[in-house]
Amino acid sequence: MNSVPISHILFVSTALFCIGMFGLFTRRNMITMLMSVELMLNSVNINFVAFNKYLYPGKLDGIFFTIFIITIAAAEAAVAIAIIINLYRSHQSIDVEDATEMKF
Amino acid sequence: MVTDLLLLLKQELLVAVILFLLLFLKLGRDRSNESTLNLVNVLLFLNVAAGFLGAKDGELFSGMFHTNALITAEKNILNLAAWLISLQAYAWLRTHRHVIEFYLLLLGSLMGMFFMISSGNLLMFYLGLEMSTIPLAAVANFDLEKRQSSEAAMKMIISSAFSSALLLLGISFVYGISGSISFAEIGAGISTEPLHILAFLLLVSGFAFKISAVPFHLWTADVYEGAPVGVTAFLSVVSKGAVLFVFVSTLYTVFKPIAPLWYNVLFVLSLATIISGNLFALRQQNIKRFLAFSSIAQVGFILVGMSGSSQAGMASVIFFILVYVFSNLAAFGVVSVVSAVAGKESIDDYKGFYQTNPFLSWILTIALFSLAGVPPTAGFFGKFFLLMAGTAKGNYWLIAIAAVNMVVSFYYYLRIVKAIFMDQNETPVAAITVPVTVKFSLYLCTIGIILVGLISWIYDTIFSLSSGL
Repeated sequence: MNSVPISHILFVSTALFCIGMFGLFTRRNMITMLMSVELMLNSVNINFVAFNKYLYPGKLDGIFFTIFIITIAAAEAAVAIAIIINLYRSHQSIDVEDATEMKF
Repeated sequence: MVTDLLLLLKQELLVAVILFLLLFLKLGRDRSNESTLNLVNVLLFLNVAAGFLGAKDGELFSGMFHTNALITAEKNILNLAAWLISLQAYAWLRTHRHVIEFYLLLLGSLMGMFFMISSGNLLMFYLGLEMSTIPLAAVANFDLEKRQSSEAAMKMIISSAFSSALLLLGISFVYGISGSISFAEIGAGISTEPLHILAFLLLVSGFAFKISAVPFHLWTADVYEGAPVGVTAFLSVVSKGAVLFVFVSTLYTVFKPIAPLWYNVLFVLSLATIISGNLFALRQQNIKRFLAFSSIAQVGFILVGMSGSSQAGMASVIFFILVYVFSNLAAFGVVSVVSAVAGKESIDDYKGFYQTNPFLSWILTIALFSLAGVPPTAGFFGKFFLLMAGTAKGNYWLIAIAAVNMVVSFYYYLRIVKAIFMDQNETPVAAITVPVTVKFSLYLCTIGIILVGLISWIYDTIFSLSSGL
């Protein structure tokens, strides 16, 4: 089972975090931005599970944290999508470039 | 055993009881907005009053939740601020269709802050932080038909989700380093190895987002401008105050072993925050946006006090937040009543304001004097204690630059006072009849501004409760 070293898993999670951050900064569609944030949160989940499994298998702190992160990410997505739907009603668009009434 | 639980969780339970009462009120028959608002205000007043009774030290759930006299005092400050905001929101909510939902979201967020302040564990801290942020994003969108309101909420939810992702990455590294998520245990394993520093910086950037310190402040002005004024007041006073309370206690206890490192971080953050907050505040035309940048600059001063890392540092931060509650809420109270009744939010609209509304003019002037730090007001004493605490490290450049920036801030605060009293205007804002509750809260804020600085007992009490590094 432990034939995969922890560094490989951390590499995946770091790559996922960077992809998420890149997506958040470059994409202009709000739903895609939200998906990018979810990618970042999931990379953190991988981190927690890997640390728990490889370094501290005695306690389940990391696994529990992961469960809570998943729950809260769902709550956050629900509120964010509600806000985006409401924004679509007034702006007729979910492109962030169209929601720039307030600047500087 | 059960009485222990009730006493330790007293403030959270009180807020929960009010939440359930409001939920039943919502399910019941229709009531007029006025009667609902009056009922909520009385309930929140009882909440404030009950906060001072029967406090008890201790911890619950094997250290996940802990409370002591200082934490109780911090929660009392937040309760008081929530009550004052609720009184001021009367003018705006009187005609709103969803009064009870507003309070459900607001009090849910307040409860999250209480759990965050009491957290003894990173999991509890994270849950409290999210519980306080997510409802606030929803409530920023509370003027459903306004374009700016939904834009503000969108900016807030996306930037707060991003900041919590950074925070969580930091937490995951901390867990990897120490194998524990309880504050007591991670503090022992922190050192200045590169991975520890990375984890610490990620945690700090999560905090800095919430308190809008400078490299992470970009969402603040837009959200403050777009959100309804009551929500803006809550964001700038309660939410910021709660995160600052946690920030200072985390730095002083958990990250004690790397104090020299975080002194440098605070040094850079505070200077950047004060200077750019001031520079942007100089050129604002919208008064809510102006108050947003002024609040960014105030956070910079708080960080100066925090960097002192002594008992005085912690006491001055908490005392300044108390002062800030009164002075900022007095300013926001006037802005909110003008915005709700006359619909005007530009600084130019305040020209000649004194001719038609002398009462509101005086309150706003006293509030701005206190924010700027003019001697008889509490704001002066607050900033004085912050800078004094900052000198403890002997880095006088930091204090000198902060003091020079205080002078710069006089320019933009007094610009509004000048507009109110001296500028001519053919069509000033018409005379506003201020609702009784709003007037009451404005009086309370003004009394607070004048007395909190002069009664030395308040600072002494906070000082004796605080702990040093």
